[in-house]
Amino acid sequence: MSEQGLVLEAPRAPRPWASPGEWWGGKWGLRGLALFYLGIMVALPLAAVVSRGLSGGLSAFADAITAPVALEALKLTIGLAIATTIINAFFGTLLAYVLVRYRFPGRNIFSALVDLPFAIPTLVTGVMLVALYGPNSPVGGFLKDHGIQIAFAWPGILLALLFVTLPFIVRTVQPVLLEMDWAEEEASYVLGANGWTTFWKVILPHLRAAITGGSLLAFARALSEFGAIVIIAGNLTGKTLTAPVYIFQLTSQFKYDEAAAVSTLLFGLSFVLVLITERLLNRTGAEVL
Amino acid sequence: MSTQPALAAGGARQKLLRWSLIGVSLLYVLILLLAPFAGIVWIALKEGFSAITDTLTRSDVTHAYYLTLIITVITVAVTTIFGVLTAWVLVRHRFFGRGFMNALVDLPFAVSPIIVGLMCVILFGRGGWFEPFFSSRGIQVIFALPSMILVTAFICIPFVIRGVAPILVELGTDEEEAAKTLGATPFKTFLRVTLPNIRWGLLYGIALSTARALGEVGAVLIVSGSIQGQTETATLYILRALEERQEAQGYLVALTLAAISVFILLGIEYLKNKRTKEQSA
Repeated sequence: MSEQGLVLEAPRAPRPWASPGEWWGGKWGLRGLALFYLGIMVALPLAAVVSRGLSGGLSAFADAITAPVALEALKLTIGLAIATTIINAFFGTLLAYVLVRYRFPGRNIFSALVDLPFAIPTLVTGVMLVALYGPNSPVGGFLKDHGIQIAFAWPGILLALLFVTLPFIVRTVQPVLLEMDWAEEEASYVLGANGWTTFWKVILPHLRAAITGGSLLAFARALSEFGAIVIIAGNLTGKTLTAPVYIFQLTSQFKYDEAAAVSTLLFGLSFVLVLITERLLNRTGAEVL
Repeated sequence: MSTQPALAAGGARQKLLRWSLIGVSLLYVLILLLAPFAGIVWIALKEGFSAITDTLTRSDVTHAYYLTLIITVITVAVTTIFGVLTAWVLVRHRFFGRGFMNALVDLPFAVSPIIVGLMCVILFGRGGWFEPFFSSRGIQVIFALPSMILVTAFICIPFVIRGVAPILVELGTDEEEAAKTLGATPFKTFLRVTLPNIRWGLLYGIALSTARALGEVGAVLIVSGSIQGQTETATLYILRALEERQEAQGYLVALTLAAISVFILLGIEYLKNKRTKEQSA
């Protein structure tokens, strides 16, 4: 702060409104503005969807979410989100460990790569996956000859979800590992424990909250992803149609009530997850972004 | 931050473990993240240089870029100004309903972009809550720029707030109080004391929102109507090109967006380092 020190014309006596927190009008003005911003931009639109979703009564809501297409879409979405979360919880923790614990050439580039999904537009992620695994590419052609279909099938969706959710777990586990006291790990080795035991008994207990928090975030993201999926999925009803894409189809057919009902369910689910995550992460001191 | 412990035990096995862990994680990142990137570069550039210039000078493509630019600039400006304000209020004030406000900030993380689009249609579309108000004044919201900016802003709300708030907490109020005692007005205090202290976190949040606004597709797809040459953003152009089997064009525009994102990513990495230092300073 030294080079940017205050340049004041002349010392003046403090005025009663000298800080925004003390000036009554400023205080309530700022609060009001912030509340208005979030209220209009976030709370109101969400209230609109939830009230539209429930506008036909509970039975209409239940009908909309138990329609066969909706059920299939929800099942696929939740199933793939669970698979994504488990795989990335494993690899995310491993990546965080390697990034914090080891120094090796190219580590900085490697670390930046992990953030790539934050920067790449989700649609471009989908396009990239089709470019690589689509029927017209050499890789896709080779895999097809061996009976493996990735694009326009569920493995493609899974790859897209793994791509977009990878940073969440790495970036929540990493700060906790950085804060950890390595003496415990050393002590464990000195006492004769092998690497596996040390990891399970010494390291993992410290990471549990961060891994759970990051995983829940990744799960919520996987539930709601659209851009990365819409191209690679092929969107075959009952096979590769996920819930967000299903909501999109309903909306483009002007079936707003059904769309709002499925949205309410999906949103409710991810909202609860995000709330739990915040509680967990507040305890670890990790940051989401 | 020396995290390299001097391990005494099991030299050779430690080394083996270390390199196999590094190898497995590198392999995962290469296959999952880098291979698709290589795939699109190869396919987009396969057609040659003339195809690139042809695509990038098409009028619908340039209009799509232009529209994406406008939406991004306005969205980032709005969410930055209100984001700093909201972060300030959340950190510095204590009042009834603060916890609720805090939860509202993270809500956009939990909402699918498709649901964001649907919300906007329900509010401003035919029969929507606000539709009579705007249509009687002749203002087109849905299938036009205003709704596209609204949905993008919704999605970008958390980034600046979550980039700035932790730094405001760490910063404390000492310097601000000193400025106050010396007679500075609240506005001057903010401009000369607070803003310089939070600048890296702020820029970090701005970089993340820019990346997100550039690439938004789901919400914009629903509210824009994707009218070619009018409400078609760069991402919507990619969608249409792929649907119309003009893969080469779609891949090329996707590649340019990816390239812009990589630049933003480099910015984010740089700012993150600065921000961490700011937070710990």
